[in-house]
Parts: sequence; C-alpha cells; structure tokens
Amino acid sequence: MPITGTKILFAFTALFLSCVCMGKTIRVRPGNNAIKSAIASATHGDTIIISEGTYYEHDVHVTKKLFIAGEGNVVVDGQRKSEIFVLVANGTVLQGLTIQNTGISSMQDMAAVRIQNAQYVTVRNNKILDNTYGVYVQNGSNCLVKDNIIRSGAVSEQNSGNGVHVWRGEHLRIEGNRIAGHRDGIYLEFVINSTIHRNISEKNLRYGLHFMFSHDDIYSKNVFTRNGSGVAVMFSNRVTMTGNVFKNNWGDAAYGLLLKEITDGTIEGNLFERNTVGVYMEGATRIHTSKNTFQNNGWAMRIQASSSNGSFTENNFISNSFDVATNGTMVMNVFKNNYWDKYDGYDLDKDMIGDIPYYPVSLYAVVTEKVPTAMILYRSFLTDILDKVEKVMPSIIPDQLKDDNPVMKKLRL
Amino acid sequence: MKTIVKYVFLDLIRNKTILVYTVILAALSISVLGFDSNTSKGLLSLMNISLLFVPIISILFATIYFFNSIEFIELLLAQPIKRQKVLLAEYIGLASSLSLAYMVGIGVPLVVLAPGAASFMLVSTGVLLTLIFSSFAMLIFVLFKDKTKGIGAAIILSLFFTILFDGLLMVFIYSFSDYPIDEVVVGILSFNPIDLARVLMLLKLDVAVLMGYSGALFKKFLGSSAGTIYSFSFLLFWVVLPLLLSVRVFKRKDL
Repeated sequence: MPITGTKILFAFTALFLSCVCMGKTIRVRPGNNAIKSAIASATHGDTIIISEGTYYEHDVHVTKKLFIAGEGNVVVDGQRKSEIFVLVANGTVLQGLTIQNTGISSMQDMAAVRIQNAQYVTVRNNKILDNTYGVYVQNGSNCLVKDNIIRSGAVSEQNSGNGVHVWRGEHLRIEGNRIAGHRDGIYLEFVINSTIHRNISEKNLRYGLHFMFSHDDIYSKNVFTRNGSGVAVMFSNRVTMTGNVFKNNWGDAAYGLLLKEITDGTIEGNLFERNTVGVYMEGATRIHTSKNTFQNNGWAMRIQASSSNGSFTENNFISNSFDVATNGTMVMNVFKNNYWDKYDGYDLDKDMIGDIPYYPVSLYAVVTEKVPTAMILYRSFLTDILDKVEKVMPSIIPDQLKDDNPVMKKLRL
Repeated sequence: MKTIVKYVFLDLIRNKTILVYTVILAALSISVLGFDSNTSKGLLSLMNISLLFVPIISILFATIYFFNSIEFIELLLAQPIKRQKVLLAEYIGLASSLSLAYMVGIGVPLVVLAPGAASFMLVSTGVLLTLIFSSFAMLIFVLFKDKTKGIGAAIILSLFFTILFDGLLMVFIYSFSDYPIDEVVVGILSFNPIDLARVLMLLKLDVAVLMGYSGALFKKFLGSSAGTIYSFSFLLFWVVLPLLLSVRVFKRKDL
C-alpha cells in the first residue's frame, strides 16, 4: 500500500513537472539542412514548427522526443535519394507535412517515415506522396498512424513498397488514412493487439490490407476498393473483421477477402460487392461469418474443403453468379439462416423460413471447380438445365453443404 | 431478282407471325431492361433469350415459309430466271425481314434504354444468328421433299446447336481435362454459332472475368480484337456455307 501511494505521488509529480517544463519551440525556415540542424539544436521535449516552403532533405533522424509540425504547405522532398524521416525516440509526434520522393532501392526498404524501435509515436495529418514505402513501423508499440494521405504510383510489385508497413508491433492504431497506389495498402507482419479503423485503401497493386502472422487484431469500417485483391489474412489467429466494405476488386484473380491458414476469426457486418471472389477460404478454422452482404460477386464464397468448424449465419447473398464453390465433398462448416436470392423453395407455415433446404453450390460451380475449362459454357442453356435438375435431385453437388433454414426475405443488416 | 426480294420482303413484313415475333421481342427487352437498373444484368437476360429463341424461331419459321412457298417458287422457275437467283432472292427476302423484326424488337429498345458496345454486340450477333439459321432452313428446304420431315429436321438441328452440342463439348472437356485443351475447345466452339455468339457477347460484359478466371485462354484470345474478328468470320462462314450448299443442291434438284 505505501509503495502504491509513493508511485501515485511520483506519477503526479512527473505529470506536474512535464506541464511546467514545456520544452522550447524552434521555428524552421527553408534552408540548407534546416530541419536537421533544428533537430540537432533541440532538446528532449521541444517543439519544432516548420514554416511553409520546400525542404530538400533526407535521412532526417529524430533521436529525441520532439513534436514536429508543419505550418501551412510544408514539403519535405527526398529527391529520390534515400529515406526521409527516421523516428527512433519514444513519444515523437510528426504532423502536417507533405513528405515525398524517397529513393527506390532493392537493397533497403526506403520509407518516407520510419518508426524504429520506438513507442508512443504519432504520425498524423501528413501527405505522404510518391514514396516507395509510406510509413514503416519497425518494431514499434502503441504508435498511432492517423489521417494521413498516402499515395504513390506503383507500377510493378518488385519496385514498389507498401503504404503502411509494419514489421513487429503491438497496440498500434492505424486510423483514417487514405492509401492508394502502393504494393499493399497496409502490410502487417508480426503485429498483435492492434486496430485498423476507417482507412480507405484503393488501387493498390496487390492487397488493400495484408496480415501475416499477426494475431488478435481488429479491422473495422475500412473501405477496400479496386485493389489487386481486397484483404489477405494469412497465418493469423483471432482477427476480427467488422463493418468493412470490399468493393470492385475485379480481375482475373481478384478476391475481396482472402483467408489462408487462419483460426478463430470473426467476419461480421461487411459488404462484399462486385468482387471476382467475395471471400476465399483455405485452411480457415473456426471462422464465424455473419450478417454480411454479398452482392454482385462472381463467386460470393469459395470455401476449400480444408476449412473447418466455421459458421455462416444471417448473411445476404444477392445476385452473385455463384453463391458458394468448394473443391471437395466433405463439409465441416455450418450454414444457417442466410438469405439466398436464388432460393426457390416455399414457406407453407409462414414462419419466414423456407421449408426445404437450399443447396448453395450449383452443379456448374462443382464442374468448373474441377475443370476450369468448362467455364467456356458459362451461361449456356445446357448448364442452366443441369443446375435445375441437380437442385431437384442432388447427386454430384456436396449434399451436406446446405442451408436448412434459409430465410425467405432479405435480411436487414 | 430485286423484284422477287421485294415481293418476299413485303409479303413477310405483313405476316402476322413476324409481327407477333417483333412484339414479343420488344416486350421482353423493354421489361427486362426496364425492371432492372443494372443494364449489364438486363443484357445478360436478353442474351439468354436471344440465344434460345432466335435460332429456333428463325429456323422453324423459315423452313415452314420455304415449304409453303414451294408453288410460288415453281411458278417463278417456269420463267426465264436462273434457279440460284430465285433461291437467293427468297433467302434474302426472308432473312432481311426476320433480321428487321429482331432489330426492331431488340435493337430499338436497346438503343433507347442501354446504348453501348455490349448492346451493339447483342444486336449484331442476334442478326447473324438469324441469318445463319435462315440459311440452315434453306438447306433443309432443298434437301427434303416433304414438309413434315423438313420441320422435323429443323427442330433437330436447332436443338442440336442449343443443347446437344454443348453437352458433347462438356463431355469432351470432362474426359480430356488432364490435357491442355483450351485451344482445342476454342476450335470446337467455332463449329457452333450459338456458342460463338454467346462467348462474343459475354466478353463484352464484365462477367467476362469469370471466363478468364483460372488463366484460361478464352478471354485472352477471344476477348482480343483478333479473337473478335475470328469469331465474326466464323459466324459469317456459317451464313455462307449452308447457302452455297443449298444452291449447289438446288441446281441439280429434280423438282
């Protein structure tokens, strides 16, 4: 008890002191290595205000806790030489700058802003344009990357980097950023307990958001459009995905959401619209998919037989070319209470639940899964007839993959 | 020859069946395009309707018409006109009136409600299918003496192209799926004008992605301009081939 009391007293004293001992404010005007020399002259806790203008600087290492802010239109240009800001001190804040033109290198990942082995760093309200990597967090925790505009014009996956790249991190918050034209919009590797919220990730070459070996993360209310593929979650556990929009990820091999070797995830309240494949699952275990809307996709879901113990409840499936495709006959997932617009059963007892089960995998989907060449017969009269016949007497389609309680009316989500 | 074409054409556009055909097509296209705000989906439904009805109706109607006008043809042949001219004039008159019906029924609503490249493709493939199946009807007409047999042949031929051919193709694809058969499949496909029309149309819509999904060749080849030219030339080939054959047969036919 006395120890706790001392601790609290100490904490208050520290807080009081930090208020009183506000660091000095340094103003920076354009000039040769102006920012670097300002940082050199600053001490821990100082504020650096950068005035309007263009600064040609690179490899700016921030080794002390500083509050760096731009005033007006501040452009920091790396002239395609090297990295621009490297933040290594805890608690540094970087805001209101335009940071552009890092170098391109195949030996080193060049980032506009790199957070290196630091905690409580904030990067917000910046425009991070035409860089290889936008914000690169390398072993950071409790950092905040917020409301930045991160844009580049990547043309090939080899020569480009990610918008926000995190390699090892925990308790990070990546919020409200607009990311476009990178390789991956947001890339997370070994990132735990972090939230990705309200970002817009579009027109990236590969994925809008990419998880690798990242556990216990939440991403919600993000929008992923026109990316090579929307989101890829791989080798990760307990990832929660709610309220996101996956839209227009349309191409020869484009997915809205790609899940590979993941366990215990939740997919809830998302909208999948006009993706070649809405959700692709491979080796996904205990994934609970509910209250999502799948609309105008080529395949709403492709669930490989390696996925097990998942549940799919209360989703809307509307005008998808194929509702569900699978590559085997073994079914270890449960489908319940979904709305399928292709359901043509009846509801005699008027409880709004169809009296006969719905088989979401059509015969033609089974055939094309086995023999992709058969896709040439897409929309031909023959395949329509085959599907109709198979619906009446299932023999080839996996007859265990069915929704026993399909709802009659579109669910309000 | 012009006079015969004109006579046949005028006779046909007053024909009730053609009128009903036009009205039904128009009603279908207006309802399909009007109900759905998504024109791509409307076009897809219209495509299915066209691919199913246009061949069957064209071939049946044309066969019946040719057999019914056999006395008129015999009368014409008593005049100093070449046999092939009479035959071709009959064909042109019939095919143009059926195509006109299609263009009015499907084309006009499309131009008004969903103008665009896909609509153009739908109309042009539809017209080509009309030409092709009227041409088949002509061949049936010269090959068979008996009207009932002719109609039977027409039904069988159209069913063959709408369903049976695809069934056989499916069997082929299934049994040879272990081999790289994409090229072969495209080759086989060229022998069915309905499939060619379907693929041409699909590639103009965004569902084309589904066809190219597993890196299949169809979209890469048939979706290119060379592929379009290839498909169109095959469709034209299917107009010309039965016509030439029927002219050959008709020249030597003992009437």
